[in-house]
Formats: sequence, C-alpha cells, structure tokens
Amino acid sequence: MPQFTVGEKVRVLSQWPPSPPIHCRTPYYIRGCSGIIERYCGDFPNPEELAFGRVDPKNLSLYRVRFKQLDLWDSYKGGMSDMIDIEIYENWLEKI
Amino acid sequence: MTETSDHEHLHQHDPGHEHPPQPDQDDTITYFKAMEAAVRDLLIEKDLITADQIREKIEQMDARVPANGAKIVAKSWVDDEFKRKLLANPRNAISEFGHDIGPIHLIVLENTEKVHNVVVCTLCSCYPRWILGLPPDWYKSREYRSRVVREPREVLQEFGTNISIDREVRVHDSTADMRYLVLPMRPKGSEGMKEEELVPLIGRDAMIGVTEVTV
Repeated sequence: MPQFTVGEKVRVLSQWPPSPPIHCRTPYYIRGCSGIIERYCGDFPNPEELAFGRVDPKNLSLYRVRFKQLDLWDSYKGGMSDMIDIEIYENWLEKI
Repeated sequence: MTETSDHEHLHQHDPGHEHPPQPDQDDTITYFKAMEAAVRDLLIEKDLITADQIREKIEQMDARVPANGAKIVAKSWVDDEFKRKLLANPRNAISEFGHDIGPIHLIVLENTEKVHNVVVCTLCSCYPRWILGLPPDWYKSREYRSRVVREPREVLQEFGTNISIDREVRVHDSTADMRYLVLPMRPKGSEGMKEEELVPLIGRDAMIGVTEVTV
C-alpha cells in the first residue's frame, strides 16, 4: 500500500551511494529537494534489485513528485509557475 | 571521382572513370556489438529462438512510427469522448488502434493555454516506442537530457518554440516505469479540417513536447 497521498509534501533523500556498484533511478539533481506527490503510479519491482537480476525483487510504490523549478535551480530563468514532475520510488522519499 | 551509389554498368567507362575500393566492413565492431552477436548465435544454436523470430521482431520495431501517435492525437481533437478516455485510461483508449503497450504504463499529457508539457529521460532514453517508434538521436543526447530540466525554455527556443512566460512549462522526467505522450493543442486555422487531414500536421517532436503543431 502506498505510504504517501496525493498533495502530500515530501523530500527526496539526500543520499549518495556510490554508483556503481549500485543502480538507482533517482537523478542526482533532485536528491535533497522537496516537492508534492502528484500521483501514485502503482507498485513496481525495485529497480535497485532488478538491475542485478535478483529473484523476486520487492515491489515498491512509485510516485510522480512535482517540484517547483525555482526551488531547484538558483539561476532559473523561466516562469514562477514552471514545474518538473519526476517518478520517484517510495524508498527515496521522506515526509516533511 | 567518388562513386558510392550502386549503378548499372551498361555505360562505357571513360578512361579515368575509377571505382575506388570500398571498405569491406562498413561498421565498427564494438564490445557490445560483439557481445550481442555472440549471445544471439548461442540462443539460436541452442534452439531457444530462431533467426526468423529475431528478424520478425526487428520488422515489428521498424513498423512503429510517429504516425501511429499522430492518429491518436488527431482522433482526440475531433472526438471529445475519445479524448476523455485517452486522458483517463490511455492503455484502453489506444488499444482501439491495435497498440498493445505490454506492461508499460502510458500517461497522456494535455497541452493547454495554461500548460505546455515536455518529456525527457535524464537517466537514459525512455520513450513510448510502441506509439512513436525509436527516439530521435537528440532525445538521447547528454545535452538535451541535462539542459531541458534546468533551462527548458531556452531548449524549446532552440527548437523554434516560444512559450509565453505566463504559461507554465512542465517538464516530465521519465525516470522509471511510466512513458509519456504529449497531446498537443489543436492549431488555430485547423477548425474545418477532417481527422485524416489533421494527421500529417502532427509530428513526432510535438508529441515529445519540443514543438507545437501549426497548420
């Protein structure tokens, strides 16, 4: 069951595991940033286990998280309302 | 003289008309190409798959072209009920066109007067191949992937697309299990056009979100 609900404020973990040997689908630029849950996408096999061919990887809830561009980049030159939506797995999110 | 195209040798050769030898190998065998060939040969040798099955799969992949996506977009412009279904449940809506997208989840992003959507995969090259075919080279380039998230308006401008500052630019980073199709706005001046006349207006780049559709 998904732990977060639509509209909830979350932060992407600011973790920097060495890569390789790990594989993850959380881009560097979004780690440590805060956004809002845009939607719950479903449960999917954990890509961090899948990448190493592990049998029966654990299912993880996947969300789309919406971030304000102005919060991400100091030098952002676009509009106040510009956003970026990113798919993030639950193990990379924490409540604020 | 450099003559690289095939041509019939019915004409008399003039003195000095030469055919420089072409390299025997027209491609470079990289590490991954060699590995693919080795794995393919083993699978065939062990009777797990046949060469014809591989050929058939390539044929299927090549048959996926952006026109498939254009037909979906055009139908949604002329049929409100279809558009409603497309936005609510893309998988079911596009199955009407005979597209089976397998386990992948498709999200349709509607462009409006308030929001312009653009898609990227910053991690690799995730793309809705079932309906748009293979991604363009620029979509996979490091430059597009790194720049469109931090300066989307500048990148759009380089594609000739100016989005007014009061309209939200929404970037979608396709990092995991979702795939995205941008539903562009129907262009002004196309009001009297029929569905089949609209299809050729809708290009691949508009369905990625780097351009808008014009008449």
